[in-house]
Amino acid sequence: MSAAPAAPRTESADHTDLLLTPPVPRAGWRLLPARVGAMCAVELQKLRHDRTELYTRAVQPALWLLIFGQTFTRIRAIPTGGVPYIDFMAPGIIAQSAMFIAIFYGIQIIWERDAGILNKLLVTPTPRSALITGKAFAAGVKSLIQAVVVIVIAAILGVALTWNPLRLLGVAAAVVLASAFFSCLSMTIAGIVISRDRLMGIGQAITMPLFFGSNALYPVSVMPGWLQAVSKVNPLSYQVDALRGLLLGTPSHLGADFAVLAVAAALGIAAASSLLGRLAR
Amino acid sequence: MTQPEEQDPGPGRTTDESTGVADGGAEGVADAVSCASLSYAFGDTKAVDGLDLAVREGEVFGLLGPNGAGKTTAIRCVTTLLPVPAGKVRVFGHDAAKERMAVRRLLGYVPQQLSADQGLTGRENVALFARVFDVPRRERAARVAQALAADRLAGTYSGGMIRRLELAQALVSAPRLLILDEPTIGLDPIARTGVWEHINAVRAVTGMTVLVTTHYMDEADQYCDRVGLMHRGRIRALGTPAELRRGLAEHQGTDTLPTLEDVFRAIAGSGLDDTSGGGFRDVRSTRRTAHRVG
Repeated sequence: MSAAPAAPRTESADHTDLLLTPPVPRAGWRLLPARVGAMCAVELQKLRHDRTELYTRAVQPALWLLIFGQTFTRIRAIPTGGVPYIDFMAPGIIAQSAMFIAIFYGIQIIWERDAGILNKLLVTPTPRSALITGKAFAAGVKSLIQAVVVIVIAAILGVALTWNPLRLLGVAAAVVLASAFFSCLSMTIAGIVISRDRLMGIGQAITMPLFFGSNALYPVSVMPGWLQAVSKVNPLSYQVDALRGLLLGTPSHLGADFAVLAVAAALGIAAASSLLGRLAR
Repeated sequence: MTQPEEQDPGPGRTTDESTGVADGGAEGVADAVSCASLSYAFGDTKAVDGLDLAVREGEVFGLLGPNGAGKTTAIRCVTTLLPVPAGKVRVFGHDAAKERMAVRRLLGYVPQQLSADQGLTGRENVALFARVFDVPRRERAARVAQALAADRLAGTYSGGMIRRLELAQALVSAPRLLILDEPTIGLDPIARTGVWEHINAVRAVTGMTVLVTTHYMDEADQYCDRVGLMHRGRIRALGTPAELRRGLAEHQGTDTLPTLEDVFRAIAGSGLDDTSGGGFRDVRSTRRTAHRVG
């Protein structure tokens, strides 16, 4: 084969024409972080071109904190363990708004499929699990920006949050892991139902139960028994527990929280990756 | 570069030759693509039904056929997008079912739809593909600039510009095999010529193989070294455009040389063929592309 067609390739490679030489493949273990980086970079580039989503997505958590939070702080009906109610719910709102962003990822991947973008990515040397992990972390990056916005709003409203950088790093890790899980949950459902319309309905149907079936707005102790059981298997509760412990310093179970979030994210990535092939058909 | 056929002399090879026309000069030249009795069904509809196909290294091979003939399905099996449920597909000797990553490294793929990401600039679109093909950071910008120069959001592009952008995305990794599914659909004549001239210019320097499907017989006649006419999931005629046209002339006993379109009609029959099935999705995505092209 080294005869006719290959000859010009090697010759003009010296003339710095890069498009004649295929890039050298990365070694196995470096592939995944590289793909994750590429997906996150794309997400940030899109946000840079169109910031409206950033602003519009800040409205809802701001309203939760301003209206719901301030009103319920005055009612003092919910046992928060001594902290003002708005402080208590601020971590819950961070988790909720991050979840809403992540749940959108299933719709986005179906949109990318319909637009042909997904197919083209699937034909690149990117294992399906790496593509899903990349998307999951991209959801994490976007949620992280959202979390910063909510933290700033909360701080303006006088919520006494920690500014300890190590704790904030922990907050970032919890937000990224939980967003990875929720985006994979959504992409898993996308792989099952395939259609955007159906997924939108399902997305609406699961976000509210996930939110209200968690400790985001009230402590687990005031829930009826069956709801406590729901909260126990709801990763959002573990995220809120971690965020509360890190941001407010209230008693929490950080070890268990992070373990649950990490396992949930890993399972989510595995499930979504195994179903991604269905979207290619 | 190694000769993949030598590492694996066994399966695939012998069956490829059974298509008959593909015997000339096969000795010592690895096939870029070889399909042996490839079949793929959507439910009860057999989209591809025992396809045998060999695309030689360095040639432009045109896969022609009516809507629903199975062209896109066959292409999607070659690109590893679809599994290979029956038969064997090899790309430069690599099994498309088992060595997916190796196959993908060799491919540049432009799907039927206009599929650049509209929320990114042209350069960012190409840079993404440079990244996922492991182009190191230091040469990324230069490589992208060589493939394309554009800083506008792809959402503002015309159809022809998006196709050029997609070509850049596919070519930034210097693929050995470029796969194009109806690359000129919905484009104006100037943009169509532009796309082909770009492909040929790159091919002249790199010697890459091109596998293309098209409905435009004039393009196939002008730009393809060999064409395969697909109908109901199989290749029904194979050869250079001139060979096929001469073949039909002999068959009909006419003096005037028929066009490739006449050959197409002779093989695919005239009018709508509802038994070929599967047309709706094909037509729908074609319409969507046409709509986006404007």
